[in-house]
Amino acid sequence: MSQQAKAASSEYLLEVRDLKKYFPIKGGLFSKVVGHVKAVDGVSFKIKRGTTMGLVGESGCGKSTTGRTILRLMEKTSGDIIYDGVDISSLSKKEMRKMRTKMQIIFQDPYSSLSPRLPVGEIIGEAAREHGIVSKADFDSYLDKIMSECGLQSFHKDRYPHEFSGGQRQRICIARALALNPEFIVCDEPVSALDVSIQAQIINLLKSLQKEHNLTYLFISHDLSVVEHISDTIGVMYLGSLVETGDKEDIFRNPLHPYTQALFSAIPMPDPDIKMQRIVLEGSIPSPANPPKGCKFHTRCQKCMECCKTEAPATYEVEPGHFVSCHLYDPEK
Amino acid sequence: MWKFVVKRLLLSVVILFFVALILYTVMRCIPTSFVDSMARQLSMQPGAKSFDDWKAQLTQVYGLDGTILEGFFKWLSHAARGDFGDSWYYTIPVVEKFKEVIWNSFILGSIAFVLELVIAIPLGILAARKQYSGIDYTVTVVALIGISLPTFFFATLLKYVFSIKLEWLELYGLVSRYYDQLSPLGKMLDMGEHLIMPVATLVIVSIGSLMRYTRTNMLEVMNSDFIRTARAKGLSEKTVINKHAFRNTLIPIVTLVGGSLPGLFAGAMITEQLFQIPGIGYTSYNAMTNGDINFYMFYSVFLALLTLLSTLIADILYAVVDPRVRIS
Repeated sequence: MSQQAKAASSEYLLEVRDLKKYFPIKGGLFSKVVGHVKAVDGVSFKIKRGTTMGLVGESGCGKSTTGRTILRLMEKTSGDIIYDGVDISSLSKKEMRKMRTKMQIIFQDPYSSLSPRLPVGEIIGEAAREHGIVSKADFDSYLDKIMSECGLQSFHKDRYPHEFSGGQRQRICIARALALNPEFIVCDEPVSALDVSIQAQIINLLKSLQKEHNLTYLFISHDLSVVEHISDTIGVMYLGSLVETGDKEDIFRNPLHPYTQALFSAIPMPDPDIKMQRIVLEGSIPSPANPPKGCKFHTRCQKCMECCKTEAPATYEVEPGHFVSCHLYDPEK
Repeated sequence: MWKFVVKRLLLSVVILFFVALILYTVMRCIPTSFVDSMARQLSMQPGAKSFDDWKAQLTQVYGLDGTILEGFFKWLSHAARGDFGDSWYYTIPVVEKFKEVIWNSFILGSIAFVLELVIAIPLGILAARKQYSGIDYTVTVVALIGISLPTFFFATLLKYVFSIKLEWLELYGLVSRYYDQLSPLGKMLDMGEHLIMPVATLVIVSIGSLMRYTRTNMLEVMNSDFIRTARAKGLSEKTVINKHAFRNTLIPIVTLVGGSLPGLFAGAMITEQLFQIPGIGYTSYNAMTNGDINFYMFYSVFLALLTLLSTLIADILYAVVDPRVRIS
């Protein structure tokens, strides 16, 4: 490992460089590849240790695919994923299995992501035992500790997932991830399947666990108020690309990209007297199989200029640490 | 649970009654008449009574002189007391003939059944794990050939190759001519040799559907979120497949397999017929073609009973295997 990489790894736990994930579209008689769905198309970001990065965007913009590709639950098409100074795409299957204890994921749907045929204790503890994180003698007490941290009772471990409510199931999913003693967790819309009162409980649980275990989160969500509550930095995705990244405060205070502005104008205000100035986007999200030329957002952008239709914008640092990909902020224009 | 079983059993009695009624009606209506052919034979003997005289006499003796409904209820009143009468064609009590041949069918059926499970389930899992690969396509094509082509085609092909061309196996029968003079081990080997082709035929034609069923279920499970969870946990591929995926695939498979257990007694009518194996299928086929109402009624009601039992077992097993159904 070079000196530079070591220095970078100490501050940033995860760095993603120009990540791409294309799904082939097969057609015709002999299933030839006729095109690609560009689900993730050149995404780069860094996450500092112990912080949370919120990834927001419309449904189908590639948020979840990004999260899963980072964990190598799907193989990337190109790009680099540097975790703690190690390029994880170069790891062998065996090394990757070891690495998985450090990188965990919590899925969106707590109903389908738990095996219906295994008791909860087994679901939570199984992998910790397989990886030798806990000895056989300590297994039960370890399980109790993890479960109580996540707000579960120890008698729950003999029950099956179908006996729990949605919120409890999501607690099981969190306990399951936590049992491996990870450093980094991808939270893939962990609360969008839950009702609002439960959402708050789960978010607060995630926050307190982060403090205790010094966890780093990649928090994927389409709910901006949830993201605002939990994130330190935010990335806004549109059609497979990051259009704006920066600290939470900067982005909420001063959204730069027209897409971010439109997205933020849709956050409901808890006061009915405030007149909302919504920016309503025309049309629907273009197909990621055939994204628009130039800036991908130009078909729906209110501030679309002539150059947007032909030229893809570069990324500009408008404030320290606040990046945006939009021709409006090109200092040369 | 018990309430459910009792309810199902009571319903089965009603179903059985109507099944028997329909079968009896059909048997009385088919053109093959046991009485006719017997009367024809007897009237041909020198100095015998005329065909019509014999027919009238025999019709009365075999109880066919009333209407179909009368005949049915007469049969039913005896059958309900466990008396299925004598077989007309085999001229011994139906139940005795049944006991004589059923075990041949059972042996043939069970060997084929075990082989089917041992071959089809692993192949289905393999095809699912390597979906759209060369292995998957090969297995699928072979399975579809087995499903699509008829039993007699395979049986004839096997006979042609292994009996006529290669002269390795006997053409038909369950035992060879000198069976009685063989030692116990020799008897077993002899029977085993005769069973090779019938078993192979049965396995080839039945393997496809179970294999496809396993593949479909396995694929469905492999694509579910909890398999992704298991992978994300960093479990080995073996654990993911065996512990997480296969266990969930087992639910529908056990139901299907458990449900087909009673079928082991049903006999394989076509295969037994083709290889002349004196099992229940072969015996019943001969009884039917000769218009032996007593024997055939017993066999078909027995089949109906097995079918009802199969679905009941399948439903109960479903509750046993699936923890989600078990509690409630």
